[in-house]
Amino acid sequence: MLKPNNTRGKLIVVEGIDGSGKSTQIDLLHKWLLSQGYSVYFSEWNSSMLVKSTTKAAKKAKSFTPTTFSILQCTDFADRWENSIYPLLKAGVIVLADRYAFTAFARDVARGVDPGWVRNMYSFAIQPDAALYFRVPLDIAVERITSARAKLKYYEAGMDLNLSENINESFKLFQGRILDEYDKMVDEFGLIKIDGTLQVKDQQRQVRNIIKKVLKDWEGLPNPNRVPITLKNPQAADKGKGGKK
Amino acid sequence: MRNPIFYGAGFPYRELQQMPGRLVVLEGSDGVGRSTQIKLLRRWLEDEGYAVSDTGLARSTLTQGGIDEAKRGHTLGPLTMSLFYAADFADRLENQIIPALQAGFVVLSDRYFYSVIARDCARGVDQEWARKLYGIALKPDLVLYLKASVPTLVSRLIHGRGLNYWEAGMDIHMADNLYDSFVNYQTKLNEIFDGLTSEYNFVPVDADRSVDLVFEELKGHIQEVLYNRQPKTKKPH
Repeated sequence: MLKPNNTRGKLIVVEGIDGSGKSTQIDLLHKWLLSQGYSVYFSEWNSSMLVKSTTKAAKKAKSFTPTTFSILQCTDFADRWENSIYPLLKAGVIVLADRYAFTAFARDVARGVDPGWVRNMYSFAIQPDAALYFRVPLDIAVERITSARAKLKYYEAGMDLNLSENINESFKLFQGRILDEYDKMVDEFGLIKIDGTLQVKDQQRQVRNIIKKVLKDWEGLPNPNRVPITLKNPQAADKGKGGKK
Repeated sequence: MRNPIFYGAGFPYRELQQMPGRLVVLEGSDGVGRSTQIKLLRRWLEDEGYAVSDTGLARSTLTQGGIDEAKRGHTLGPLTMSLFYAADFADRLENQIIPALQAGFVVLSDRYFYSVIARDCARGVDQEWARKLYGIALKPDLVLYLKASVPTLVSRLIHGRGLNYWEAGMDIHMADNLYDSFVNYQTKLNEIFDGLTSEYNFVPVDADRSVDLVFEELKGHIQEVLYNRQPKTKKPH
């Protein structure tokens, strides 16, 4: 179970398999919320600078096991949680997250880790005010990804699971497993399903209607200049000030 | 030969064979003499004909760079730090400890996850959360808890490698200087370890005594664990 949101802020997350169109939708939502005068912060899955070097090296060496992969992704999340997401929610900001704990619950379980174990690992996180799940049939998502991208990556395609020697086939099987896990979570975590095969603008209209309800009668941190929040990486900031060796 | 037993779900995606090896853990504070004892135990076990593998906290190649980098920057939150250690632990368990146990080695582990839980506890991390996180951990055959008073630890460290920022808990501001902070932090850790003793079946060993006396006692406990087992190349007496 995730924790109830007792902060002043609002947490909105998008979820879905690769190629579901969630990043396009959250980007449009981000711009719209800024234009409405809200304080908004955007956080992306797997983007902590601290964990990046470790993840990169292990991916290159293909030395991840399902468990170490799972823990390191949670480390990345925890770093973003402790340094940006949670303090900003407390301050009254709308935090938008492209992928959240549900990504781990879907992918890591698809890789074979224990569902209860991974849910406990993320249990410090808050249940979002809106968790939008962009659902597309497997074939459409796979077609979108394989036509848009030159080459699939090893872990992205689930090659570590030995599902198939063919990387495209492996990707499809792996995404299928992830899709099953997402569908199982709809009731468990109250994910709001959005049909990802609709026109982009029709999906965005639905998204905005949902978010309008979430933000009704709510007052967060003022944003007089209508600019997005960009937190500096603390380590980079230290170097800039010349305060570190 | 026994089937492996985990504290929780372990690694459900892995089929684990029986493990003829033995997992022996040495726990205890910084400066309590763990690495000295491990060196002695390794030599003794090898003389007895056992194949020995040793491992220790934060020694995984997977997370080494990340942990070092993070410590230099001092920007790690308690959850992030805890999870980094968990990744290190999982990596060594899956890629080093389990294979060694399957091959019949005696694995000497310089600390196990109990140290990480104790460290987390001192930093206000939720205890239930941390315990469940280590549901992946294999139950050791023996956990030897080397216990020394804080004055002993101070004396050994000052005449050895010195006091360090992290071992003194300076990141949680227990005092304004390294010495007081070390004393406060290690006192707290000792209390936490005492609390873990019965939960995790630690065998307490008085480490205020000389290296030789401690070594003799450790040997006795390890012999009991090895008693029913034939050494790889030589018969036990």
